[in-house]
Amino acid sequence: MEIKVLGPGCAKCKEAEKVVREAIKESGVAATVEKVSDFQQIASYGVFSTPAVVIDGEVKVVGKVPSKSELLSWIKA
Amino acid sequence: MEPFGCKTCCAKEAVAEGSEMGNGKLVRYLLILAPVLIAWWLVYGMLPGFSRLLTYNIFGIAQGSHLGDSLEFFFYDTPKVLMLLTLVVFGVGIIRTFFTPERTRRILAGKRESAGNVMAALLGIVTPFCSCSAVPLFIGFVTAGVPMGVTFSFLISAPMVNEIALVLLYGLLGWKVAALYLGTGLFVAMLAGWVLGKLNLEPYVEDWVTKIRTDPSALPPDKQTWSDRIEAGAYSVKDIVGKVWIYVVIGIAVGAGIHGYVPEGFMTSIMGKGAWWSVPAAVVIGIPMYSNAAGIVPVVEALLGKGAALGTVLAFMMAVIALSLPEMIILRKVLKPRLILVFAGVVGLGILLVGYLFNALF
Repeated sequence: MEIKVLGPGCAKCKEAEKVVREAIKESGVAATVEKVSDFQQIASYGVFSTPAVVIDGEVKVVGKVPSKSELLSWIKA
Repeated sequence: MEPFGCKTCCAKEAVAEGSEMGNGKLVRYLLILAPVLIAWWLVYGMLPGFSRLLTYNIFGIAQGSHLGDSLEFFFYDTPKVLMLLTLVVFGVGIIRTFFTPERTRRILAGKRESAGNVMAALLGIVTPFCSCSAVPLFIGFVTAGVPMGVTFSFLISAPMVNEIALVLLYGLLGWKVAALYLGTGLFVAMLAGWVLGKLNLEPYVEDWVTKIRTDPSALPPDKQTWSDRIEAGAYSVKDIVGKVWIYVVIGIAVGAGIHGYVPEGFMTSIMGKGAWWSVPAAVVIGIPMYSNAAGIVPVVEALLGKGAALGTVLAFMMAVIALSLPEMIILRKVLKPRLILVFAGVVGLGILLVGYLFNALF
């Protein structure tokens, strides 16, 4: 599984990355986490409010830090 | 008829069951909220008495002394502002779930200038926004066909006119100053955006921006129930109040000290009406400074109390909140330097205008 956290590096983006890593650890799923901070790349997902989380190419959440339970449900599904 | 009847009734049952689960949660939330709101209202009404009791009876400080003045001010204003902030942040947090940036973009796309500038400035108040989102948001708006000037109106209004600034102004300086700030902040955002739109600045946007294709249909659908919205309100209280309370307390403590000890009229010669150069000086000093509303309003209050003119102080506050060096540096990624200078210049001039206007009126 490939998870991308989109965000230029503000406090919320770091928080989002942290929650994603925690959720992966908790679920035990094998996944890679990549932080994307390049604006061109972020915009290419159609995302324009950050942070955003992309799982396997699909944009799951934009503009807020997802909760761990939300993340777990996406990872397991 | 029979099978149809059955079908509809089953469908209805399924719907009822689904919403019942959501409703149970909602009812639970409302049962918690109602007593909290009543308690809030009761406590709020008792604050003045509480602060006098604490200062003069429990701490036993003489009435009318400098220390007594300062402490009474501090014990009254700190809980008052924090309570107001909590309530308003919660309410705004709920309102914001109706205005996602995606939705705002849809509303603004294809709007013409002028009407678009007005709407963008208004939407800037309620759309969730953090300055680190400025660049993706700029790209998203411009590529969706929102005119440049309209986009700028939004980018000016969103940070400048926000609920924290308004609550603090209301709590510390009264509703008139808060309303003035709201009105003039919107005015600056509309006017500056409109002017920027007229200047035909499209060539000064970095070339790669206009080549990007964004596909909003790829985004997840935005489905929210009322319990989600209440959760969002509670989250923003935790997030925002949790972050700014310390600035509020420090700011009020400094304000309280000034309140009790610095002589009246101390700021008159530097920031009073008589000093014509004080408005441009306040804007120039304020632009590169970066502080959030929570840190700046108590300072503003202290300045006003000691003889600074309202227009000068409003101009200073707007310049600090609306324009900042970090934001300019971020915007440099999408805007050429010339456009950034024009942007700062036009907004600065608008703020200057507001400053002189208020010094002339009051």
